[in-house]
Amino acid sequence: MDSTTETGRRATAASSAPPAFPSSGSEPPAIELRGISKAFGPVQANKDITLSVARGAIHGIVGENGAGKSTLMSILYGFYRADAGEIFINGERREIHNSQDAIAAGIGMVFQHFKLVENFTVLENVILGAEEGALLRPSLARARDLLTTLAAEYELSVDPEALIEDLTVGHQQRVEILKALYRKADILILDEPTGVLTPAEADHLFRILRNLRDEGKTIILITHKLREIMDITDTVSVMRRGQMTATVKTAETGPEQLAELMVGRKVLLEVEKTPAHPGPAVLEIEDLRVTDESGVDRLKGISLQVRAGEILGIAGVSGNGQSELLEVLGGYRNASGRILLNGIPLDLSGRHSDGQSRRAAGIAHVPEDRQREGLIMEFAAWENIAFGYHNDPKYQKNTLFMDNRALREDTRQKMKHFDVRPPIPRLKARNFSGGNQQKLVLAREIERNPDLLLVGQPTRGVDIGAIEFIHKRIIELRDQGKAILLVSVELEEILSLSDRIVVMFDGRIMGERIPAETDERELGLLMAGVQNGETT
Amino acid sequence: MEHSQNFVLFLVTLNQMITVSVVLIFAGLAGLFSERSGIFDIGLEGKMLISAFFAAAVSFATGNVWIGVLGGIAASMVFALIHGITSITFRGNQLISGVALNFLASGLTVVLGNAWYRKGGQTPTLSGDARFSEITLPFADALRDVPFLGPIYAEVISGHKPLVYVAFALVPLSWWLLYRTRFGLRLRAVGENPASVDTAGISVIRLRFVAVLIAGVLCGLAGAYLSTSQGAAFGREMTAGRGFIALAALIFAKWRPWYLLMATLLFGLLEAISNLFPNIDVFGLFTIPVQFTQALPYILTVVILAGFVGKAIPPRAGGEPYVKER
Repeated sequence: MDSTTETGRRATAASSAPPAFPSSGSEPPAIELRGISKAFGPVQANKDITLSVARGAIHGIVGENGAGKSTLMSILYGFYRADAGEIFINGERREIHNSQDAIAAGIGMVFQHFKLVENFTVLENVILGAEEGALLRPSLARARDLLTTLAAEYELSVDPEALIEDLTVGHQQRVEILKALYRKADILILDEPTGVLTPAEADHLFRILRNLRDEGKTIILITHKLREIMDITDTVSVMRRGQMTATVKTAETGPEQLAELMVGRKVLLEVEKTPAHPGPAVLEIEDLRVTDESGVDRLKGISLQVRAGEILGIAGVSGNGQSELLEVLGGYRNASGRILLNGIPLDLSGRHSDGQSRRAAGIAHVPEDRQREGLIMEFAAWENIAFGYHNDPKYQKNTLFMDNRALREDTRQKMKHFDVRPPIPRLKARNFSGGNQQKLVLAREIERNPDLLLVGQPTRGVDIGAIEFIHKRIIELRDQGKAILLVSVELEEILSLSDRIVVMFDGRIMGERIPAETDERELGLLMAGVQNGETT
Repeated sequence: MEHSQNFVLFLVTLNQMITVSVVLIFAGLAGLFSERSGIFDIGLEGKMLISAFFAAAVSFATGNVWIGVLGGIAASMVFALIHGITSITFRGNQLISGVALNFLASGLTVVLGNAWYRKGGQTPTLSGDARFSEITLPFADALRDVPFLGPIYAEVISGHKPLVYVAFALVPLSWWLLYRTRFGLRLRAVGENPASVDTAGISVIRLRFVAVLIAGVLCGLAGAYLSTSQGAAFGREMTAGRGFIALAALIFAKWRPWYLLMATLLFGLLEAISNLFPNIDVFGLFTIPVQFTQALPYILTVVILAGFVGKAIPPRAGGEPYVKER
């Protein structure tokens, strides 16, 4: 009796559910998705996605922004409900309607933006939602014990009593992983985990992930950094426009092939540039100091030079004074010290210390945070193109009114030059993709033909195809003999674009290097404040 | 034992302080629960007012003050539910919802009062079992003769109405609930970062509704206290801005139960002084007019809200409806 029902069940399971991506062993895959589709209004975010991830593997998912990676993982974690399709966890069909279901199925997720309560302790964050009983004390005690074990097992040490807001991002991320492990997650999904980490922190994270895999956990890594995929994953899937375009073994592919699969055409990963021919110094900074509103010294005596026809890259973990440096140069933060532009001193704290005066002097600025400083998201593209240059005579109809028609025409031109898609001046900035928003800002600033271009994080959150384009335009500007100051937290970008690199740490310059004579490891040490093997 | 006149005045002032603080404690705790969950509650005033009215009306109709209190709580909870539906379910603006409820309470109480009792918005005076009477704590008389502490126990601590003791007991209870229980942890988390609660698989909406309804119960107690304990009838606009003072006390207290007790006692003391000593004579030189002493709690409120007492950081997700995001 028992055996017949057993075989009956097995038979139906076998007939209705052929494995979509057969795993080598007899063990069912940790995760299997079949025909997942999800639409948001007219946008098909996921279209008939099929994916199978073997147990104990690190599986990478790559794709451009908006390719549907996050949507797919949100479906797996119960944030969204798929319009169609099935989810199998360890060979068992699961309905995942909310995060609780996902946790019950053994899935843990580390989001790109951490979901931590800042003024809670590590322990409180770990037990939140997974408490043992109505009273906190026993849960906290149990969690403390478990954290000690996990810390030793996976190199996941964090002070359990520390407040989240006092921890570095790297440690905060560990708390997120601990949260998942505390909930007995077998499958761990990480969404762009290295975006906020220093190279050393990223290495540490990868060690943790390898340890977890060796313990039999399954890991899904969502990233746009192909190098990470090559470094750590066992298998990789590529998504493009809501569809899964390929799933391959990492050992059998390379970054070029993955990039091509992501974008749908050949992409140049290496920036092509000729050696620089630097001219006279355009920007000279001497002993620049900034103290912020709360009395903290942000810049502690910066001196540097940028010459005509060269790109100076400033590397550093964000928050070490790079933003303040750009703000001072852009004219919206006061400072002491001396800045010369083409030999003429700039006003650093007086009446002419503002964006207008800086633009008039020949400085153009592509701010780090395009959505807050570069654009007004609710304004149309043509209105955004006017910002900072609204006094330009060619935009004026007469003394009272602006010539909106001319402005829109100018916008259309700029959009064409910079391949902004769609090229519709009336569209709100919000409705462009990240890469196109950035191209809009670049179009506004570069087309002014500045002597000095300040660029902050030019490719943050930008698609691989657009990155190629943006890098090309920056190098073109350099070749026209302009000076460019580039601030980026992406070491790869700094290394490939810059002609000289300075590393900032804690408001100071840690050192200067030539790209050809250094590597990520050395820069990473400088970024962490280690000079000649000594911590400062 | 005869006491000096000053000592008697001191005792009377403290007694008054406790009596008038109670409303602020209830309302302040109501605000605490609501705002700790991330829902701003400017409608404390309105909930108290509607409760005061219904507590008086139900007490009068049934002759039983406890049923009256339940009536007040029920009315206040209906208002809380409306606030919850507009600001949690429909993600409306929490301030506007609160202001609307205040207007609604202000108008509704007068209209219903006129329609039912025809006394210009007043409810009939409550007497007997329709009103609370004082409780004398044990040994109050026996200890009266102990120097200093005896009279304080007998005159200040003993001899209040039941809701007074409920209010003071709620302070440690709220602290315990917030900081020692699972519910408290989740409540505080949802007011700081609702996404953390959501991704942990707990319903943000349900948690916030519970908090808002707790606020409803507490405002109900505050209103019922006003019309059946402190007073003996409902009078139009009898809350007189106490809901807003409670909010000020809450900010003063940085959203913490024990600090809230201190803040409300301070406000209570100021109100007691203005009630008992209308015109304060300063060494015969000049007189501080009653208007000034009456205005003191409000002036202090303005000073506090202007941020003169150090930085008060509200719950970080306060006032923002929660929208799921990737």
